[in-house]
Amino acid sequence: MIGLPHIYGVGGVFFAATSWFSGCDASNPRRFVSAAFWALLALSFLWGDHLGDLGNGALVLGLVLLASRGLGQGTRPTSTPEARRESAVRHGDKLFLVALVIPVTALAGTLIAKQTAWGARGIDPKQATLVSLVLGVLLALLVAQLWLRPRFLTPESDGPPRPQHFVPLREGRRLLDTVGWAAILPQMLASLGAVFLAAGVGTAVGRLFAQHLPLDSRFAAVAAYCLGMALFTALMGNAFAAFPVMTAAVGLPLVVHRFGGNPAVVCAIGMLSGFCGTLVTPMAANFNVVPANLLELPDRNSAINAVIRTQAPTALPLLLVNILLMRFLAFR
Amino acid sequence: MTLLGIGVLVLGFLLRANPLLIVLAAALVTGLAAAWTPGTQPADVVHTAALTLASFGKAFNANRYVSVVWLVLAAVGMLERLGLQERARTWISGVKAATAGRLLMVYFVVRQVTSALGLTSLGGHAQMVRPLIAPMVEGAAEAQLGPLPDRARTLLRANCAAVDNIALFFGEDIFIAIASILLIKGFLEQSGIVVEPFALSIWAIPTALAALAIHLFRLARLDGTLQRKFGPPGPPR
Repeated sequence: MIGLPHIYGVGGVFFAATSWFSGCDASNPRRFVSAAFWALLALSFLWGDHLGDLGNGALVLGLVLLASRGLGQGTRPTSTPEARRESAVRHGDKLFLVALVIPVTALAGTLIAKQTAWGARGIDPKQATLVSLVLGVLLALLVAQLWLRPRFLTPESDGPPRPQHFVPLREGRRLLDTVGWAAILPQMLASLGAVFLAAGVGTAVGRLFAQHLPLDSRFAAVAAYCLGMALFTALMGNAFAAFPVMTAAVGLPLVVHRFGGNPAVVCAIGMLSGFCGTLVTPMAANFNVVPANLLELPDRNSAINAVIRTQAPTALPLLLVNILLMRFLAFR
Repeated sequence: MTLLGIGVLVLGFLLRANPLLIVLAAALVTGLAAAWTPGTQPADVVHTAALTLASFGKAFNANRYVSVVWLVLAAVGMLERLGLQERARTWISGVKAATAGRLLMVYFVVRQVTSALGLTSLGGHAQMVRPLIAPMVEGAAEAQLGPLPDRARTLLRANCAAVDNIALFFGEDIFIAIASILLIKGFLEQSGIVVEPFALSIWAIPTALAALAIHLFRLARLDGTLQRKFGPPGPPR
């Protein structure tokens, strides 16, 4: 059965290759910092289970210190626009079909693993989507190789063109280089959630709300819960981390128990209020920072980048709508 | 005292420190604050810091699956090298009715509906927005306005990313087996309240419709904004 250990192995190889090619990229002035960062991440993926808790903690400390020194970014292009246009003309719509292999495999693999007995023997049903996504990537690479039979050459800036190998790893490295340290922020936030839970941060926030805010009407309680979800989500970068805290603090004791709100309505809309917070925070790296890096937006390093500025005019009215919806749908 | 960690998050935010550094600092401060009592010895502080670092490391190791998605970049990168973006741009400039705003509206609806059916992995910034949606939207705008200045490109690309996020967030909760619905169900069960996932997902629909209305209204005005700001001088068409 293919499960997380195999996927971590593939991931480790990819990050190790990223480290190697980053170290070789002379166009990045900080290439050795970058190489060390990806090497540590590769170590975590390949041998994380054998490092022990404190060993993993030290590894995280290393990652954070390297990232805060700045990883730099390679500037040397791996191909020319002319070469890509030529290739686009040669392969035509086959390129779309290869691109579709990834989501279709992810979808089919998930369904098969969850719905059929034989699928569950091949793919761990608990991790079906992730495993299928990785299988989709490998399948797309295989299809591209066998069907399109691409011939990759080294860029002309390197002297006379020679055949180039490991192109998916090189090109993946180029994109991961643009994502940079933001690649591990979601994983870091998930770990912070675990530490907060163990220290009882949720109950402390609940006490703070209950003692200091005059929540003596339905509307005030609903507004405090929705705004609290959005704010705490913005801080934690993740509505899943904010939900148990805010719902235990305000949602259940006040909106549901004291004022008699319908728990299904309150929780469903409460979570969606949190999503409004996700849209406006740089802590939600995978949604707001990663695309700014991937799309190479000029203000990608500022806290409130163009993605967040574009999302705010939808997020803020929607938060207001959520407050009103909860007020009128939860008490009928 | 346990709330000091949240204070560190806020402070780090304001000081614009590296977010990874803020997160680790917040975790350490939370761990130390939770264990602190009057009369704590320096040796205890070091010991507690090590314990907190270890529990953070344990959680980091257990959460590696969050970072597995980056593998997608290997396939996307190779397809880009093969000219996928260029192909997307050429293809869309042949569709006469396509404008940047209309394309984004179509992608919004498709993304929201597929997310509501549980097909969240059909979109995404690495798999879909960078290789396909952004080049198509830029191609459509170029076909109308000619070569685009950098400011127009930034505006369009930020809109592509925003559509992917907003349509996903306010579509996925309509599907009953998505992580957030299961989280709510599990949380309520621990508190002694049993709800069906279906009851939760149905109450995600009003917000989903509101998100659709608000964002489509904004996208409908995008083509006009582009024309006014970056279009050729002269009376608007």
